[in-house]
Amino acid sequence: MKTVNLLFALSLALLVAASPVKNGYEVGDTATDFMLKNVNGKMVSLADYKEAKGFIIIFDCNTCPYSKAYNDRILALNRKYAKDFPLLAINANSSEESSGDSFEDMVKYAKKKGYDFPYLIDETQQIAKAYGATNTPHVFVLTKLQNTLKVAYIGAIDDNARNASSVTKRYVEDAVDALLSGKPVATSKTKAIGCGIKWRDA
Amino acid sequence: MTRRILVFGVFVLAFHLALAQKAEIMKLDKLQSEMAKPSDQVLIYNFWATWCAPCVKELPLFEKLNQDDKTVKITLVSMDIDLDPSPEKVYKFIDRKKIQSRVVILDAVDPNSWINKIDKNWSGALPATLIINTKTGVRRFVNAAMKEGDLEKLIGEVKL
Repeated sequence: MKTVNLLFALSLALLVAASPVKNGYEVGDTATDFMLKNVNGKMVSLADYKEAKGFIIIFDCNTCPYSKAYNDRILALNRKYAKDFPLLAINANSSEESSGDSFEDMVKYAKKKGYDFPYLIDETQQIAKAYGATNTPHVFVLTKLQNTLKVAYIGAIDDNARNASSVTKRYVEDAVDALLSGKPVATSKTKAIGCGIKWRDA
Repeated sequence: MTRRILVFGVFVLAFHLALAQKAEIMKLDKLQSEMAKPSDQVLIYNFWATWCAPCVKELPLFEKLNQDDKTVKITLVSMDIDLDPSPEKVYKFIDRKKIQSRVVILDAVDPNSWINKIDKNWSGALPATLIINTKTGVRRFVNAAMKEGDLEKLIGEVKL
């Protein structure tokens, strides 16, 4: 009996170990489109951008000090690439878990900061989960291949949150520049310290 | 009289030094070698920052454990200077909250180059907690805030 139990436990452990846990996208995966509400009240979807060669999707929020530190850099990224790789920011934070991140707060924040790109709310957090976003700001660069969207870069904007003038590696710019010139993205995945996305209490 | 004031002064100073801890600013290699060094205690590293609300919220759990369980060694690793070069905020926080657990302030540039070295499952988001049994090499890593009882359960797992 003991042996049977042990065998059972072992096979169960093997089963658990073998079942892949899918935690969002890896580079090369096909990304899903979405339909999310923008701060101007309109629904936005990636399919709206017929001319785009790809996208810079940034999971962001109003309250995180890292998001604040990157605010100007995000505005600059959009200005630089809006034509070919439009930038869309998505706030997935639960406003119950993070006061200051409600839709009304987003509207005010976008106005105050002069966002000239969509700032979308992911109220159900399903898009953040599908993409595997964990931090704010967390970037996903997508590139159009025929009619699908492929994930080309996942990670941080650059290598220095504290000081934009001390940046030595511009991860997102390097990725988009590579894609624009038809080259492979050299650094396709990075990590940075940041705020965790505030998930709703399960 | 002067002597008495002096004695009193020394006493006050000693008292202060005993209570108020100055968090060490630590480089990554020192932190890493510390994590790898065999210890009789279970090592617990909590990565946090003063600006991180869920981190601040879970701190009492670490403080309580620090008080109650001498089989574990708790280190609160502040990531504050990744964003703001001055450690003052951390010192003030320690004073204000009367933090008793050991605090170190990690001074490490280019997080992408080292986050995976702490744990490959770490997204970089705070809070994050690493629990190590240095003798067996068994580790547990959690990239979320701890709830009541979580720490005890994880410590039990690495002690097995």
